[in-house]
Formats: sequence, C-alpha cells, structure tokens
Amino acid sequence: MRIGSPKETYAADEALFRTRTQWAWFGVLLAALAGFPFVANLYWLYLVCLVSINVIAVTGLNVLTGYTGQVSLGQAAFMGVGAYTVAWLENHTGSPFPVNLLAGSVVATGVGLIAGLPSLRVKGLYLAIATIAASFILLFIFKNWESVTNGTRGIGIEPPSAFGVALENPDTFYWLVVPVTVVMLLLASNLFRTRIGRAFIAIRDRDISASVLGIDLPRYKLMSFGISAFYAGMAGGLYAYFFGSINPESFPLLMSIFLLAAVIVGGMGSMLGSILGGIFMTLVPELLRYGIDFLGLFMENASAVLSPVRTVVFGLLIVGFLLFEPLGLAEIWRRIRRFFHLWPFRT
Amino acid sequence: MDWLFLFEVSLAGLGRGGLYALTGVAFVLIYKATRVINLAIGEMLMVGAYLFIGFGAGMALPLWLAVILALLGGALLGFVLERTAIRPLLGENPISVFMVTIGLSSVLVGLVEIIWTANPRSLPDLLPRDPIFIGDAFVAPKTFWSFVIAAGVIAVFLLLFRFWRGGVALRATASDQGAAYAMGINVPAVYSLAWALAGLLAAGAGILLGAISGASSSMGVFGLTVLVVVIVGGLDSVLGALLAGVLIGWVESVAGVYLGGEYEQLFTFSILLVVLLVRPWGLFGTREIERL
Amino acid sequence: MSTLEVDNVSLSFGGVNALNAVSVTVEAGGITALIGPNGAGKTSLFNAVSGFYRPQAGRVLFEGRDISALRCPQRAALGIGRTFQNIALFRGMTVLDNVKLGAHVRTRTGLFSALWYLGRARREETQIREQIEREVFDFLEIDHIRRHPVAALPYGLQKRVELARALAMRPRLLLLDEPVAGMNREEKEDMARFILDVKEQWGVTILMVEHDMGMVMDISDQVYVLNFGQVIASGRPETVQANPEVIEAYLGTDDMTTLRRRLRGESEAA
Ligand SMILES: Nc1ncnc2c1ncn2[C@@H]1O[C@H](COP(=O)(O)OP(=O)(O)OP(=O)(O)O)[C@@H](O)[C@H]1O
Ligand SMILES: [Mg+2]
Repeated sequence: MRIGSPKETYAADEALFRTRTQWAWFGVLLAALAGFPFVANLYWLYLVCLVSINVIAVTGLNVLTGYTGQVSLGQAAFMGVGAYTVAWLENHTGSPFPVNLLAGSVVATGVGLIAGLPSLRVKGLYLAIATIAASFILLFIFKNWESVTNGTRGIGIEPPSAFGVALENPDTFYWLVVPVTVVMLLLASNLFRTRIGRAFIAIRDRDISASVLGIDLPRYKLMSFGISAFYAGMAGGLYAYFFGSINPESFPLLMSIFLLAAVIVGGMGSMLGSILGGIFMTLVPELLRYGIDFLGLFMENASAVLSPVRTVVFGLLIVGFLLFEPLGLAEIWRRIRRFFHLWPFRT
Repeated sequence: MDWLFLFEVSLAGLGRGGLYALTGVAFVLIYKATRVINLAIGEMLMVGAYLFIGFGAGMALPLWLAVILALLGGALLGFVLERTAIRPLLGENPISVFMVTIGLSSVLVGLVEIIWTANPRSLPDLLPRDPIFIGDAFVAPKTFWSFVIAAGVIAVFLLLFRFWRGGVALRATASDQGAAYAMGINVPAVYSLAWALAGLLAAGAGILLGAISGASSSMGVFGLTVLVVVIVGGLDSVLGALLAGVLIGWVESVAGVYLGGEYEQLFTFSILLVVLLVRPWGLFGTREIERL
Repeated sequence: MSTLEVDNVSLSFGGVNALNAVSVTVEAGGITALIGPNGAGKTSLFNAVSGFYRPQAGRVLFEGRDISALRCPQRAALGIGRTFQNIALFRGMTVLDNVKLGAHVRTRTGLFSALWYLGRARREETQIREQIEREVFDFLEIDHIRRHPVAALPYGLQKRVELARALAMRPRLLLLDEPVAGMNREEKEDMARFILDVKEQWGVTILMVEHDMGMVMDISDQVYVLNFGQVIASGRPETVQANPEVIEAYLGTDDMTTLRRRLRGESEAA
C-alpha cells in the first residue's frame, strides 16, 4: 500500500471508518435508530432502552476485562453507585438530569478507582476475587447507609424531563438513552485508536513487557478501572431513571456475572462484541420467556422454571462460548461478513 | 464482657470454620493438581446437600446409604465437570478457565432450582441432637458433630495424601508436572482424581452444612467465603486452608453475634482485601516470581 | 561519556547468584556484545538495566545519571529500548499497533483528547503513524504485513517486529536479547545488516546478547563474557575469542560439540 500523499492518506487510514461504504453504513444505522421509535411499539422500545443501558455497562466492562485483561465482578455494584448518586441528587438537590447522570458517573469512577487499587498488587484471578469483595462491601453500604439509600426499602426516582416533556415511557426515554449509548460507544472506540487504548491491550497481553517498554502499569490499570466504572455509573444512572426505583437487590453479584457473560458472549476486546453481547444477553431472557409461555400450553406452572432456566442458560452460554467460540459473537459476525463482504465496521 | 458467652460463640465459630477448612481443602486440591481456581466449589457443595435430600428424603433410602450415594454423586460431578468443561481448556489462559467455573456455578444453581425449586429445604436428621457441653459452655450438637466429622475427614484425607499411591501421584503432579509425566505418572488421570476427590469432599461439606442450616439454592455463596479462606491461607497450601478456615469461621461468628449477621461477610471480605494488599500470596502460599 | 555503565551489580534469587558484582561499560555509538553459556546471567543483566529486577547491590548509570531508583517505564522514557529473548509481542494486536506501542513513551495524548480523538490525539496519532511508516517499516521491510495480527507471523518476522517496536521508541540505547536465535542463515544476515544500520544510520548505542559467535565477531566493537554471574573477560572480539578462560567457560558446560561449533561461528541452523 504505497500511497501518494502520505500526510492525508495516513490520517484517513487511521480513521474510525476507513471507507465510504463504512460511513454510509454508519449513516444507515443512525437513520434506522432515529426512525425506529416511529414504527415500533412500546414493548420494542422498552427492549431497546434496556439493551442500551446494558450495552453501556458492557462496554465499560469490556474496556476493563476484554481490553485490559482485568477481570471484574463488580460492574453491577458500580452501576449501583451511579444509580444511588442519581437518586439522591434527584431527590435532594433537584439538579437537572444531565448533571445528575454525569455526577453519578463521576462518583462511580471514584469508587471504581478505589476498588481498582488491589490491581496494583494483584492480578488475574486474585483481582477478580478482590472485585467480588468490593462488590459485597458496596452492597452492604447500599443496604445499611439508611440516610442516603433508604436501606432495603429502596428509593423512588422521578423521571427526568427535557423541554417540558417527562421522559417517562420508553418512547420518550429512547431519545435520552440511545444517543448517550451511541456517543459512549464512539468514545470507547476512539480510545482504542490511541496510545491509551494500545497501552490497555498491551497490559492484557503481556503486562511486564509492557512495563519494560514504558507503560506505567498502575496508571493505566487504574485508568481502565476508572473508565469502566464511569460507564457503569452512567448505565446505573440511566437504569435508575428508567425503572423509577432502585433498591440493594437491583445490583446483585449475579448481575455482574450477567455483564461479564455479555462481554464473553459478545467478544472480549471488541466494541462490536460489546454491542452484540449487550443485545444478545438482554434478549435471551425475553426469548426464554416466550419459550416458557409456549411450554405453558402443555405444562402446568412452567413459568416457575423461567428464572432457573435463565440461570442455566446464562451459565451454559458462558461455558459454551469460552469452549467453542472464545472470541464471541463478534467473531461469528466477522466470519459471516467475510462471507458476504458487506458490513462496514472494522473490528 | 461475658467470657462464657464469647467462649460459646468462639466454639460455634470453630464449628463453622471446620466446614470452611473442609471445603477449602477441596479447593486447594483442585488448585494444586490442576492450577484451576474453581469458583464453582460452593455450588458443588450445594449439589452434595441436594443429592442427600434427593436420596434420603426423596427416595427415602436409609440415611447411611443416602450419604454414600451423595458423596459418590459429588465425586462423579467433579469428574464430569473436569472432563467436559475444564479439560478442553488445558493450557489456555487461566482467566478463561476461571470464567468457565463461574458459568458452571450458574448452571448448577439453575439445575438445582429446576429440580428442587428455589425454596429452602431442610435435610433429613443426620446428626445426634443431645446437647453438648464443653466445661460450662454449650455447643449446638449439630455444630459440634459437624466439626468432629470434618476434622476426621480431613485427617483421613491428609493420611491418604501422604501414603496412598494416588495421593503421592497427586503431590508429585502438584509440585512438578513435567517431572511427574517423566516419571510415568498418568497426569490426566490425576486431574480427574483431583476433581473427583474434591467433588466428594465438597459434597460431604454440603451435607454437613445442610444438616446445620438447611439447604437452599443460594448456599453456594458459602463458596465465596471459602475462596476468601483459601486466598488468606495461600491457594496452594492445605495447612493454610485449615488454619484460615478456622480463623475466618471464628471471626465471622464473633462479628455476627456482636455486630449483627450482616457484618459477617463485611468482615470476611475486608480481611480478604487487607490480605490481598499486604500479602497477596496468602499466609502459607508460594510466592510466584515472574520471569521475562 | 559511556552510554551505559553497570557498576558492581549483584543480583540473587534465593540461593542463585545470577549476577555477582558485574561491571559493564557500554560506549556510546558502538555495539557491545554480551556472551556466555546458558544461565550465565545475561538476561538477568538486561532485566537489571531495564528495571525489571532490582539488584541487591550496585548501580546502573545511563548517560552519566544514576537510574537505579527508577522504575521500568521511567527508564524506557529515558530512551532504553529492548527486545526479548522469548518473543514478547502483544499477541492480540496487529503489527502496526505493536510498533505504535513502542512509540508510547514519545507521545503525550491524555485521556480526554483520546476519547474524542481531537486535538493532540489526532495530531500525534497521525504523526507517529507517518514516522513509523517512514523510519521503521520501510527500513525493516515489513510494510506489507502492517495489518497482520502478530500471532500469525513466522518466527523470523516476529523477531523483526520486535526490533521495529523497539525502534519506534527512538531509543538511545537498544538492548537486544539474542536477536538471531532460531533464525536461518538468510534471516540472520538480514538481521545483522539491520543492526549495523541501526548503529550507523540511527546512531543508536547497542548492547546485545548473542550465542551466535560468528555474528558477535562480525559486528561487535566490544565483547563482555559472563559466566556464573561474573564477568570473566572483556575486550575486542578477537582478543576475547582467543582468551583461554572463555574457551574454558564454554567447554565446561554440557553440550560441548554445539558450543565448539558456536565458538567457531558456525550457524546452528545450518
Ligand atoms: N526470576 C527468576 N527467579 C529465579 N531464578 C532466576 C530468575 N531469573 C533468572 N534466574 C536464574 O538466574 C540465572 C541466570 O539466568 P539468565 O536468564 O540471566 O541466564 P542467561 O545468561 O540469559 O541464559 P540463556 O543463555 O539461557 O538465556 C539462572 O540460573 C536462572 O535460573
Ligand atoms: Mg537469556
């Protein structure tokens, strides 16, 4: 690939979307997202909102676990921090919702940085276990810091309003959550075009040689934790607004496992993977519900097994993908794309 | 300060610690032989308890037979998990293997809930119920007997580990896999053996734990505390698991009684964080030095 | 002033004395070779220079400055580049990204700018891309594989990408740990040529560990011989080669024939 005028063309070669086709597809995608509310019913919009919230949290976790190689089982708890911050601000200061969401993310970032401190001493599995510990401690705080969190009773949150419209239902909330998700995905994608993203991947692939090559491990590990928690905080804040109430049960360890599963199923170290994983893992329970409803036609109280079946399926997905498709749905997608030569996104 | 009460609480803590130690030994066994951090150990324990319910209450078999079958079932479970889900990842990134065990634990919880529902169950009465006094201090009989049994099982196990051929093969594999191969030890068989034995031990711990506080599909959370135990003790140290098990059982009991039940885990995990920050390889674990 | 001065460095692991009061001086602008039988402590010395191992005694001076207290990344930032004995490429990245990573210490882009890919991020990324294409890829003749994942490359090319990554940093001192080990004759010749070019065109000072005596004799200006963690000889290549103590050190080890061959400078692969 010898190119005439290097300056311009190398810049173009470094772009997020490198070809005109890719730009075109991105445009089509945005247009589809913008048009969707006008054709879909509330149920579908509800699903998209839920998917979006999950995609944000999964993207954050992917930055930390998929790209930086630091396994975390604390993502749901960080979401909780964002959610409680938003709830508290909403109920006590009445500050506008964008401020609340940002504040929630920032507070979550701070907590994430603290929870990331063990990563300076330990790595891999030890770290995963340290994040479980952090998660338990946060849940304990949610339960017991009554004056702020209202304990196990939880807190109610008024829906945010913009331009005099309450973003109460999925058809309006959509316009908040989907753009935020798109922006956050673009930001994360940008990160991996720069030295910071490369430093993350280097830490994942071979931390000690990264350090010898000039990567300051503590700095970048903590940065990754911070970013991941920021995304969790944003997702948690949106969650609080979307569901209108939160309690300590909203962010259990199981949800962290769910998010980790989404990262694995979607594809570790791939933005496309975060999206696909977020979509897939949100839709699986829905599909299961249909399946069980269908079973209910032949079977008494089939609905009772819904929750355990979901648990089994989540587990099987984690195991199955790790065994048979460790690069996740993103890799399957890539294979399909190679087959059809269609899709715009670079991996 | 009521010293007698503290003493009683401490004894109860030791009782619980015995179970931690037993499960911790199962965990360390797997780790030493296969270098897998098995997050599903708590769920394997849970399956043991439910198998006992299934054989003892569901099929109304004699209790001694139900215990044996449940133990064998636990061993079979360990064996199957290793062969189907762990073995294929041999030599892969340990983090992937770790996450597989997270997936497995989820599968086991779901299966138990499908078969036995999510409602808590009590186990058929297994342990003697006559009150026990040590000096003036009262010990709940279940706690006392489960501690005695756990201690006995651990003792037998340690002897096996030392003198039985399989135990020697296990230790050889743990200390140097390459050398073990060279000496003609069937290393894959050792892996299976380690998982099967660990499954058996975990099932035993599950029956005891269930006998004390009933079985529920969330009893796998016990495994998280066991994880803390083995990290505090050192992942590859049986002695560490034993001591840390008893220590953490005691701390939890004391914290639970004097501060309230919800503080138990707060203490456990705070201990964990401190150990990770100060001495990540645990009290008795081997410190690994990385090479470049 | 010498570029690197290892001053009386001692390093031990438990009972093993990997380095025992080792002193090595690397003159600016030259190629210094470090040789010695397996386990002599050559890689350990590199690690002590990089900052990965902390010696129990002694100092490391870089361009006259005592860097003993600096951590790895800080030493890299001063301009100490390195390749590794066991290839340590980042397997999840492409060739281009691996090489770009080498330029990490020369860039300053902060988080905010990176997230938006505006301002400094855009400027720096374009700039290092150009520099890498111009200075490194053309030079090492690897521009055709820039988008390949490194894990899929043949061994010889991987070694070359490692060199590229070290060069992208524009080092002042380059540590090469067995740059031609496991290569065939042709690859070795290429690599020797690159190393000489790096010295001559880039003016980089080089410290190199190498078992291939032919190569050491051909391209190095100065040789240090390490055995059991001690410097047993040093000087011009010809003098060192003739030093009976050196021959003894090699003969003392197990595999005499291969070592004899190595001493005579025959390629192992041949
Ligand atoms: N991290 C470590 N822990 C324990 N011992 C080590 C460590 N690193 C090196 N050693 C020991 O230090 C000694 C020197 O090793 P080193 O790797 O420096 O040798 P070398 O000269 O590079 O050998 P080779 O030619 O085989 O690469 C060896 O005995 C080695 O076992
Ligand atoms: Mg070496």
